[in-house]
Amino acid sequence: MPNICFYFQVHQPYRVKNYKVFDIGKDHEYFNDNSEGDLNNSWIIQKVARKCYLPTNKLLLELLKKHPEFRISFSFSGVYLDQLERFAPAVLSSFQDLVATGRAEVLSETYYHSLAFLYSKDEFVFQVEKHKDKVAKLFGVKPTVFRNTELIYNNDLAKKVESMGYKGVIAEGADKVLSWKSPNFLYEAAGCDNLKLLLKNYKLSDDIAFRFSDHNWAEHPLSAKTFADWVSNHNGEGELINLFMDYETFGEHQWEDSGIFDFLRHLPDFVLQNPSNGFITPSEAIETLESRGKIDFFDFISWADEERDLSAWRSNVLQTDALEKVYAIEKDVLNTKDEKIIDDWRKLQTSDHFYYMCTKYFADGDVHKYFNPYETPHDAFISFMNALSDMKIRVNRHNVANV
Amino acid sequence: MQIKKPKVLMFGWEFPPYSVGGLGVACYGLTKSMTKLGMEITFVVPKAPKNAKNHFLNLLVADRIAIGMSDVEEIEGINLQKVDSLLMPYMDAKKYSSLVEYLKKRGGTIENFIYSSESKDFDSKNQYGLNLYEEVWRYANKAAIIARKENFDVIHVHDWMTFQAGIIAKEISGKPLVIHIHNTAFDRSGGHPGRREFEIEKEGFEKADRIIAISNYVKNKLLKHYGVDPNKIIVAHNGIDAEDYCFKNSERNINNKIVLYAGRVTLQKGPEYFVKAAAKICQTRDDITFILAGGGDMLISMIELAAHLKISDKFVFTDWYSKQEGEKLMNMADVFVMPSVSEPFGLVPLEAMLQRTPTIISKQSGVSEVLENSLKVDFWDIDELANKIASVLDYDSLRSHLVEMGEKEAKSMTWDKAALECKRVFEKLIYEHKMSENCY
Repeated sequence: MPNICFYFQVHQPYRVKNYKVFDIGKDHEYFNDNSEGDLNNSWIIQKVARKCYLPTNKLLLELLKKHPEFRISFSFSGVYLDQLERFAPAVLSSFQDLVATGRAEVLSETYYHSLAFLYSKDEFVFQVEKHKDKVAKLFGVKPTVFRNTELIYNNDLAKKVESMGYKGVIAEGADKVLSWKSPNFLYEAAGCDNLKLLLKNYKLSDDIAFRFSDHNWAEHPLSAKTFADWVSNHNGEGELINLFMDYETFGEHQWEDSGIFDFLRHLPDFVLQNPSNGFITPSEAIETLESRGKIDFFDFISWADEERDLSAWRSNVLQTDALEKVYAIEKDVLNTKDEKIIDDWRKLQTSDHFYYMCTKYFADGDVHKYFNPYETPHDAFISFMNALSDMKIRVNRHNVANV
Repeated sequence: MQIKKPKVLMFGWEFPPYSVGGLGVACYGLTKSMTKLGMEITFVVPKAPKNAKNHFLNLLVADRIAIGMSDVEEIEGINLQKVDSLLMPYMDAKKYSSLVEYLKKRGGTIENFIYSSESKDFDSKNQYGLNLYEEVWRYANKAAIIARKENFDVIHVHDWMTFQAGIIAKEISGKPLVIHIHNTAFDRSGGHPGRREFEIEKEGFEKADRIIAISNYVKNKLLKHYGVDPNKIIVAHNGIDAEDYCFKNSERNINNKIVLYAGRVTLQKGPEYFVKAAAKICQTRDDITFILAGGGDMLISMIELAAHLKISDKFVFTDWYSKQEGEKLMNMADVFVMPSVSEPFGLVPLEAMLQRTPTIISKQSGVSEVLENSLKVDFWDIDELANKIASVLDYDSLRSHLVEMGEKEAKSMTWDKAALECKRVFEKLIYEHKMSENCY
């Protein structure tokens, strides 16, 4: 009896404006671009709100009302929730309505959507705690299932997360770790006492997230009925169909005229026509399904690119240099005890900054280019490093003044 | 239908080290790669007498354009045909007249100078056109003789002075004509082309079966100024022969960081944006020397501009430099800047990359369409240029990334890609030509 477990990633970074070398030491606002372009954070939130967040939230609320069996889950980054409060409060309240149904679960992640786990465990713990407080404040719930930035995961992360009290983790169902195993069951993390693993079914997830509007795809146009049939075909050989994707799939990556909203609107109908199918949230899956064994992930995996590794954020010297430099000043930054300085430093940790510096495949006009608000990876690096240089000056000034 | 390797009748320009304007360099690199692909080439070049050539070189130097030139090299696998003519790259109507005056005064070798298009005697030695356009016409008629006796499938010509040769060869042989366009009258004149050059170009574009442009930048000029059918144009970017540029670590006797401009000092190369960006950077730091290398009609005004901006002490002006000196400058520099206002392609940044020097190039250049490991700016955006210069100097990882990836990229930009593109164009045309012949 296959159950669909939907998890939607909802995140927008604070993009660094075109911050020039001459701004260093003078301008301490890195994220306040006000052009009509892709570096203007409030403009982007409002644009995506119109195309995706508002219409999709409205549709999901209707579906939750119509189908008592329907379930979804969200992971909101803290910086995203932050920006909703500032730029799009109507979107925030529509998410609150969804969570209030009790059938939309909220997951845990790092507040700043960062790679902190790779560089500083203290910082990682702080950001997860800060996220927990934010979710409690806005939604009145306490997440029990964790997902790390971009589904970056390995055994060490599992151990850490279990020690922090979580019951389960969401990760990529990468071939290289699953080998012959099916992603369509619940598993346990190796080396943990009892931490459950939900692994993404990347084939079915990507049918919606990436291939839906691809005219060259043999299954195009994909109907809700066909997709429901594919789910039903797992009857007897899978209990859990983990459909994990960016929430912006609906209306932003796949445009409205691709038929993505109609697809979503009719999906529960067709899925539930088969009485053995259902929907499930991650924590329900952990409570009701039986684990089918331990899974050992020694190397880091993620959901990014073909490689499903860390190369989207750490494959050239620009990226590794920027990452090392931002974490190198951790102590000095925290020493300032200046809230604004510390918060700006943490906003510079958001993984997107390093993704924009990726030069892998840049030539092919692939997803990296599509998602890059800067003209080139070098431009992303320069603005980031200039802002970081200013950050260092602020920290030094502050710490010298305090001595 | 089995397609045989195309036999090409090419009207090109002399091979390097005759490196005026880069046209000879391009013809050299391209033909070498074309022969590698098995194409047979009859390569026709205008060949001026030595005294005319030397005088023309002096004219160019007086005009601060040229670097140097020498005789044609032989290339294996190419049937080289030299045609006695005064046509040379960078020739314009004024320089041609001046050359004619000079040769007339010298007398001696040139008896009967005046040639007119009515004369049937266009093949006689030492008769040159009275003006540039008549010389172009005379060259075209000489081309006709070659076209009658040579065996070929397709005609391939390079830039406007050879267009009429190509058109006549096409009329005589009925074979398809391909025009390879490196720059237009608009590029050569800074936007105000002479009427006759423009008309010759326009006629060429109309009569050509296909046009190969060395960049989208050039293609857009053809669409905008000549109204060429876009379906007729194929873009094949230039390459570079990495073997011609030897990397050698150069000694440097300047302790400061070095920011280099190297090229003609003239409006379309944007030297003033380089000087203005330098002034912007000098407001905040004192550790940079700016080298403006090259001669040109704006050199004096650039020296004055630097003085006016009170940064003369930060500047070195070299005037003209040799190829070896150029390589040394590129090697010493911490960053190379090409702020061109208008640049059909732009080979120099590739030379800098082969010297393992990071580069910043203007988006208004053909080469920026293909280069990934170079920083790009709008030529007019002085703040952004200054920002990027400072960033390369300050962030080691950026510098090393541009150096490592840039060298690799420049080495990969061979002429083979452009040659392959030419071959595709030729084969398609030859096929269509045979099909249409069969119809009759």
